[in-house]
Amino acid sequence: MNREYYGKLIFELSREGRKGYKLPKHAVEGSLSDIPSTLMRESAPQLPEVDEPTLVRHYTNLSTNNFGVDTGFYPLGSCTMKYNPKINEEVAAMPAMQKLHPYQPEATVQGALEAYHTLQAALAEIGGMSEFTLNPFAGAHGELTGLMVIRAYHESRGDAKRTKVIVPDSAHGTNPASAAVAGLKVVEVKSLPDGTIDVDALRPLLDDTVAAVMMTNPNTVGIFESRIPEIAQMAHDAGALMYYDGANLNPMVGVARPGDMGFDVMHINLHKTFSTPHGGGGPGSGPVGVRKGLEKFLPNPRVIKRDDGSFALTTNDDALGSISVTLGNFAVEMKALSYILSLGNEGLKNVGPLATLNANYIKSSLNHVYKLPIDRICKHEFVFDGLADKSTGVTTLDVAKRLLDYGYHAPTIYFPLLFHESLMIEPTETESKETLDEFISVMAKIAHEASATPEVVKTAPHNTPISRPDDTAAALNQIVTYADLTQNA
Amino acid sequence: MTHRYFPHTPEDIKVMLERCNLATLDDLYSDVPDNLKLNRNYDLPSEMSETEVRNFFKKLADKNVSELTCFAGAGYYDHYSPSVIPALLSRSEFLTAYTPYQPEISQGTLQYIFEYQSMMASLTGMEVSNASMYDGSTATAEAMMMAVAHARKRNRVLVSATVNPAVRKVIDTYAHYHNVVVDTIAEDNGTTSRADLEAKIGEGNVAGVIVASPNFYGILEDYTGIADLCHANKALLIMNCVASALGAIKTPGEWGADIAVGDAQSLGMSLSYGGPYLGYMCCTKALIRKMPGRIVGATTDENGRRVFVLTLQAREQHIRRDKATSNICSNQGLMALYATMYLSLLGNKGLREINEVSHSGAEYLVNGLTSTGKMRLKYPDRPYLNEFVIEVDGGDVDKFIADGIKQGILPGVKIAPDEILIAVTELQSRSDMDALIMLAKNTFAPNLTPSRHE
Repeated sequence: MNREYYGKLIFELSREGRKGYKLPKHAVEGSLSDIPSTLMRESAPQLPEVDEPTLVRHYTNLSTNNFGVDTGFYPLGSCTMKYNPKINEEVAAMPAMQKLHPYQPEATVQGALEAYHTLQAALAEIGGMSEFTLNPFAGAHGELTGLMVIRAYHESRGDAKRTKVIVPDSAHGTNPASAAVAGLKVVEVKSLPDGTIDVDALRPLLDDTVAAVMMTNPNTVGIFESRIPEIAQMAHDAGALMYYDGANLNPMVGVARPGDMGFDVMHINLHKTFSTPHGGGGPGSGPVGVRKGLEKFLPNPRVIKRDDGSFALTTNDDALGSISVTLGNFAVEMKALSYILSLGNEGLKNVGPLATLNANYIKSSLNHVYKLPIDRICKHEFVFDGLADKSTGVTTLDVAKRLLDYGYHAPTIYFPLLFHESLMIEPTETESKETLDEFISVMAKIAHEASATPEVVKTAPHNTPISRPDDTAAALNQIVTYADLTQNA
Repeated sequence: MTHRYFPHTPEDIKVMLERCNLATLDDLYSDVPDNLKLNRNYDLPSEMSETEVRNFFKKLADKNVSELTCFAGAGYYDHYSPSVIPALLSRSEFLTAYTPYQPEISQGTLQYIFEYQSMMASLTGMEVSNASMYDGSTATAEAMMMAVAHARKRNRVLVSATVNPAVRKVIDTYAHYHNVVVDTIAEDNGTTSRADLEAKIGEGNVAGVIVASPNFYGILEDYTGIADLCHANKALLIMNCVASALGAIKTPGEWGADIAVGDAQSLGMSLSYGGPYLGYMCCTKALIRKMPGRIVGATTDENGRRVFVLTLQAREQHIRRDKATSNICSNQGLMALYATMYLSLLGNKGLREINEVSHSGAEYLVNGLTSTGKMRLKYPDRPYLNEFVIEVDGGDVDKFIADGIKQGILPGVKIAPDEILIAVTELQSRSDMDALIMLAKNTFAPNLTPSRHE
């Protein structure tokens, strides 16, 4: 990463009269003059005028102020920032896939439908489910879709009073938000000091108004919920379904399947577990899987394989409805399929164990200088509750910012909400022992700095393109467009 | 154990396990009950080399009929795609970054989102934009929920019958589970019935009204007075627009809309069999705190430099949790970068030129197709931009499409047994259009003497 701040906006490179395009030779002379002027734009949009080389240099320079997985270690908890293989990008960009219109007749997209079906079947095998829809565009979209499946299931039985979803207090913020959007009320259940769900507190909550229990396993502190079969049994006895938030699926790959744990509905983040790039926030993909018997509730359209081996797009009336126009972020799905094929059985078997080994290795190497609130074998991630020595006043935020100086992305901070100074570390299986060793020594060094030279840590970062931004001023002034910026100048 | 994506040597694993006081990798899972463990291989293919992966996809790709001359639209259009965009998008600093939570090392992402917001706000004629959404259909559903949240107790939304029916299905699904009542505003000869809108909004309880421009039939509707009607009834006006068209047509801002949403795939993005595309949402500054999704704002750092951050995060799901009215937690980052670069390269003039050429191409095609005598423009007295509905007298649209595909042409999208929706962009040459006209003649009027249409 370039530590010099670039900082220019494309608007500031604009000069009247420049252009960066040339259209193909026109079929006919273009004109809009026959359309009534009342239907036309009154003033032109304020867009830059730039030539192609200027644009290329601008965005190349801009990119150098960004940190990605290819730049360095990204131990961001619950985000599974693993290596994004390049072959995935290549196959997803094949013109014979990329140039298909979503409304092409079925007979002309057999390869695309087969690819979709192959991936959904592979995810079903990995998740221990019966069938997946790949239509949801992101993890949060998958959660929403999964909860809609659950509501459609209860509605189909005429069971209208199930309006609650039980969520642990350690849950990802999206869980309660997805529930609210799906029209469900959230009931929180407490965690025990070891981070696992309090089964005794859960039991009395399970009545005939509960639609689902929504959990991630391992949970957000990286601990496997060993009592999951008992929890699933209790939920099912009460007529509720079990929802698996797949954000933490990575350590289970090759080892255990949510379906076998008793979950009925789950989503997977292809951009976490299945190596598709995060792209600075998207496009992601959040496939949703269901156990046998719930397939008909999956959103329209679905891809099925016919008896003659051909593939078809189908819709049905039992489905929850549609959460997308077509088959989701198709190109992202192709990348995940490429990853599964590249790893194969042999590779997939080791994803979970190596991710788990890397997390435990870091935890065991730093638990003397950082406070470890839950001292157990973790899965793919674990949480420190800040520095062991709290007397210096150095916070988790400071540690995170100091890590940036040393060339690392920060861990997830202040989540989960169970601890005041949460510092959540997830290394993934694609990091080498050398990388982890260097990270461990830097983390130890920062702990040392916190007592020897605390001001250095409290005022970090010092070695990044910019220093800490003024968030309060940003929220107060709300300068959110270039027009705002020039008016304020 | 070894795979090209895993750096671990057997020696590494041994040393690392020792540090954890464990003997084997299985010991890492001592907390997982044995009966929950898979204890077998997945029923999946064996590890493949890159060559094998490539061949696997090549075989699938060969089963598609691709690279057709595309007259299909219905929301997704085949536009010119500048080659510099995929080249820059593949820079791993953009591609492999997470959401920009750490602004000190994410100025690249934050800055292009700020540029994106600026361009989309200006394109739609609105004051603010969020950092982008999944696609146009979900962005429209989110706008519906935003209107209902804004209205507090009112939960009814009116949707014009001229909104894309595929988008409507997504709206209906979200509405069903979010306890929103959706009513349809009837269609009047291809446009939104003003009388029906007035009647239904007069019934009360309306939080928002959703209309489209161009509408599903490609028609440019006259929305004069609609914003006042909505506001007089305390409803928000939501307009769903094709992003590319906004380079020429009257904007949601100019119509007085409160929220502008839609798909930005038309900004040169690959059709890619349905995704990834890009949803956009813009609104008035008064509504900014009700808007879902990320928003980037400008501020200063400790050295007084102008820098960019995620702002107004108190609106967002990870803070509001069960009080949230949206669960959106990412944007469509890389596709927002796509749109930003596209709009920069094309600029105002390029977008206008695309609309001019597409419109004139569409007129040429309408004249040619209707000259067959078997095809009629369904809404002849309505202005259209670059897409239109053709009715075929007693004709079989399926056969028209199938005949076209044999010649490498995708003639359009069937919307009824005898109706086809046809779109023209800057990419279809005159000979492409003549080929489609000839195809129509051969399919529906084989006895007519083919004549070159001018």
